[in-house]
Amino acid sequence: MQTAETTRSSSTPPTDVADCIVLDSVSKLYGSFAALRNVTTSFCTGSCTVIFGENGAGKSTLLRVIAGLITPTRGTVTVFSGHPHQQRRRVAYMSHSPMLYDELTAMENLNYFSSLHRDGGCACVGNPEMALRAVGLDPKLNRPVGQYSQGMRQRTSLARVLQSDPEVLLLDEPFSNLDAASAKHMVELLADFRTWPVAPVNGVMGARTIVFTTHQSALAEPLADRTLTMRNGQIVESQPVETQISTSATEALG
Amino acid sequence: MNYLRHVLDHLRKDLRLEWRSRDSLNGMLFFSLLVVVVFGLAFDPTSYPTVARQISGGILWVALLFASITALNQSWAREQRNNVLEAQRMAPSPASALFLGKAIANLLFVLVVEAVLAPIFIVFFNLHALGSIWLLALIMPLGTWALVVNGTFFAALGLRARNRELLLPLLLLPISLPALLAMVQATTGVLTGDLDPIQINTWIKQLLGYDIIFTTVCILLFETVLNAE
Repeated sequence: MQTAETTRSSSTPPTDVADCIVLDSVSKLYGSFAALRNVTTSFCTGSCTVIFGENGAGKSTLLRVIAGLITPTRGTVTVFSGHPHQQRRRVAYMSHSPMLYDELTAMENLNYFSSLHRDGGCACVGNPEMALRAVGLDPKLNRPVGQYSQGMRQRTSLARVLQSDPEVLLLDEPFSNLDAASAKHMVELLADFRTWPVAPVNGVMGARTIVFTTHQSALAEPLADRTLTMRNGQIVESQPVETQISTSATEALG
Repeated sequence: MNYLRHVLDHLRKDLRLEWRSRDSLNGMLFFSLLVVVVFGLAFDPTSYPTVARQISGGILWVALLFASITALNQSWAREQRNNVLEAQRMAPSPASALFLGKAIANLLFVLVVEAVLAPIFIVFFNLHALGSIWLLALIMPLGTWALVVNGTFFAALGLRARNRELLLPLLLLPISLPALLAMVQATTGVLTGDLDPIQINTWIKQLLGYDIIFTTVCILLFETVLNAE
């Protein structure tokens, strides 16, 4: 099995270096079309991996398989040593569609999704107001999401996934629809997200893992520890990113 | 207790969404009123009060059935629009809580339509119930639940189907036949006074049994339907 080559940035907290996501000979077929072909890879806990590839290369399918939204035709996917379905509390996924109700305001959307992560008496999983401020949106904005620009929806969607306090963040084209300043802000936010403390699980110190797809390599590489390149449903290249570059996305972006 | 909270969260969200758009309510009200008015004009109930009583139970449920199908077909449309359903699938909240929240919301919408429809129906069909009218307070919610619980489930089942508008009535109508029989017989029995309370109670018990069985089956199978590819 191919092991992830990961160069850890200095800003990442010390962690258990085990792989939190492992894909073993994963294929996904839609009829005769293979969206994924025999993909074997793993993602280190605390790493940030960016996946490049042309349209239709299988990037989104790979993320959806890890998220447990689609079942592979062949092969196995394990997230934190279990089935992806069992790890919903620890994994968040943001697709290129906003996954929000158009008729509700950003705050109402986030409150609703926050309530779905509630376990026990209090809705203290995340703070929707803080999440919205973090992505640069006003929580008091009393407009339904349907009236937002594409970029604002994208940021609301990021707030939705961040507020659930995930250990693994799967982002599908997070910078599409964003202007340069918003994209830069999002990269800074993701770099910051990696430093957020994680509660230890079974005595093991956790860390934030990010896997995302993009076409904007200039934005993504400062954040990444590793880049994967996909073509025709296969990983054709896996490269670690130089430590100097990944040390601080904020610095690199000036 | 936590499960109930999740159901209420989904219910609150659905009520808020409907309050903002009123798509389902307006559609159902328009459709059911149209059916009642057309049948009212066609049968001249004032001249034939006995016939009116005999057919009114059937007409009422036909109006509600078709009206609710129009709304149930769209009941997952908002979840599908921006892939919200995927965010819900990723959440650790039980899938059946999402289903129950949606089904209860649909029940409330149809009950509102029934509340508006009832006085208009009584006027148009010149109805005076000859049986125990309070039994309708049991028959209507039980019959409505039978329609919406299956309708919500089959609407979710048809989400990935190409002809889902057609699929829902094709699945819902045959499955609902036992419930339709019970609710029409019980309603007609109350309106005409032809059935004694024991016979009506038998129909109500059958309706209750149907509701319990199908609610349980839908709850148990919903997660599989939600995650189907």
